[in-house]
Amino acid sequence: MQRLKVIIRKELADHFSSYRFAIIFALIAMVSLITAYMVGLNIRKELEGVAKPQFIFLMLFTSTGAIFSLVQFVAFFGPLVGLILGFDTINRERNEGTLSKLLSQPIYRDTVINGKFLAGVVMITVMMVSIVSVITGLGLIVLGIVPGVEELLRIFIYLIISIIYISFWLGIAILFSILFRSTATSALAALAVWIFFSFFVSIGANILANALTPETELASADDIFWRAKVVKAFTLTSPMELYTDATATIIDPMRKSARSIVTMGPMESFSMSRFAGPLGLSQSILIVVPYIISLVAITIICFAVSYIVFMRQEIRSL
Amino acid sequence: METQSVINTQELTKIYSGRPAVDRLSFTVNEGEIFGFLGPNGAGKTTTLLMLLGLTEPTSGTAKVLGWDPTREPIKVKSKIGYLQENMGFYSDLDARQMLRFVAELNGFVGNEADERIEGALETVGLADEAAKKIGVYSRGMRQRLGIAELLIKDSQVAFLDEPTLGLDPDATNRMIELIQSLCRDKKITVLLSSHLLHQVQKICHRIGIMIKGRMVAQGPIDQLAKEKFGIGKEAYSLEEIYMKYFQEA
Repeated sequence: MQRLKVIIRKELADHFSSYRFAIIFALIAMVSLITAYMVGLNIRKELEGVAKPQFIFLMLFTSTGAIFSLVQFVAFFGPLVGLILGFDTINRERNEGTLSKLLSQPIYRDTVINGKFLAGVVMITVMMVSIVSVITGLGLIVLGIVPGVEELLRIFIYLIISIIYISFWLGIAILFSILFRSTATSALAALAVWIFFSFFVSIGANILANALTPETELASADDIFWRAKVVKAFTLTSPMELYTDATATIIDPMRKSARSIVTMGPMESFSMSRFAGPLGLSQSILIVVPYIISLVAITIICFAVSYIVFMRQEIRSL
Repeated sequence: METQSVINTQELTKIYSGRPAVDRLSFTVNEGEIFGFLGPNGAGKTTTLLMLLGLTEPTSGTAKVLGWDPTREPIKVKSKIGYLQENMGFYSDLDARQMLRFVAELNGFVGNEADERIEGALETVGLADEAAKKIGVYSRGMRQRLGIAELLIKDSQVAFLDEPTLGLDPDATNRMIELIQSLCRDKKITVLLSSHLLHQVQKICHRIGIMIKGRMVAQGPIDQLAKEKFGIGKEAYSLEEIYMKYFQEA
């Protein structure tokens, strides 16, 4: 435990004194200011014609404004932060010859990975909390919106899911830094995985669905339904999709399902159209729990693979 | 004098992709001695050191370091062995004190105890005046001395020095050799030294082992090896001659 703390402290000191931190800090400032600005421009328009708006505060995070909302931004570019923090974790030490020095001290190998991973998680937490705080603060000052207790809770849950999501990418980056000797290779490999899951999976899902159920003019309702299910099932292999679904009903209580309109059951779509009221917090959580669990599971799997690979690696080749 | 073995290996073998890097190695290092570990590049010296540290698992055979099996109890072994590796890596953006503090904390020394150890070690290796500089600007000799300081920070009973004089200028080499002798003499640390500088090895080592192609072809005090090989008295040989003789035979 003591030694784990030593490693975490060393890693945090490294993070905070590196250019990387400056980049991430710039990212934080940019994202929060742009998001707050865009939301400020649009939130009035979105509230027009709404008789008794609820959860306005959450709209700060979900309102798409001119281009994208914070939630979308984190889903797309959050992984990049995880990758930046982790892509050279192990191979940099290996190239500089400090890894075998570290391992010849009386510590276990897993302490090294744990320490580095946890230090990254701390950085991610700092970043997410600051972004959300800045937006919250701007919302309070500029728009004069005050969050309710439930909204704060929802934001808190959203924060936790986001941290897990970005930590998953940190885990991927650390895994690549163990697998590849060169830092450039591991960075590129991690980027490739990110691009694949963030952009190509959804395109691939449509192609797959097309192949399985060719679109015809006389498609029956069943066909359309099945087709939508195929697309959904396939896109769920993407962590981004998992994350979007996991946060969907949490940060946007007006949504009642993580599913798309087509795959909803009749009761769901009925309630969607008849009752415009928000979903209770406990119900929201109930809907997203499977996605959260999947997200945690893939993070653990990725971490486990890192462990196994790192434990079995010969120091000779370090 | 009753001597106790600090390192003891039996038929230690390591096979890398079908080729033995270390082949049925059996040798002993006694407490308080400087053991010279000689052999051409790629003879398996570093692999042997890594196995003794528990960083690499032997394919077969056993090793005992201070009575512990490095494969089973790596933490105990690593807390008592200081390893100065060939091409030592440092965190170049730290200064010497920060680096030593990191090592001290990893070994469980904190607060005042760590401070005392750090200052003591810096004093011993003669880096106290330059401890505030970043390691990135250190010369090779200074880095090697810092490496020795790291051994002193932890409770080393045994030091593994892998090519500690590699690439040093003559002055730095002499300082290093003196430092190694003082480790053995003043700090009572058993030293396992691998080097190609046969003159220096002859000067400071109590016993030597010659390793060629993964096998230990000779071990013992230098005079004894000289007698075995040449059948001659003390004046007529140098370690270099003995080494070359073994090397040509192998």
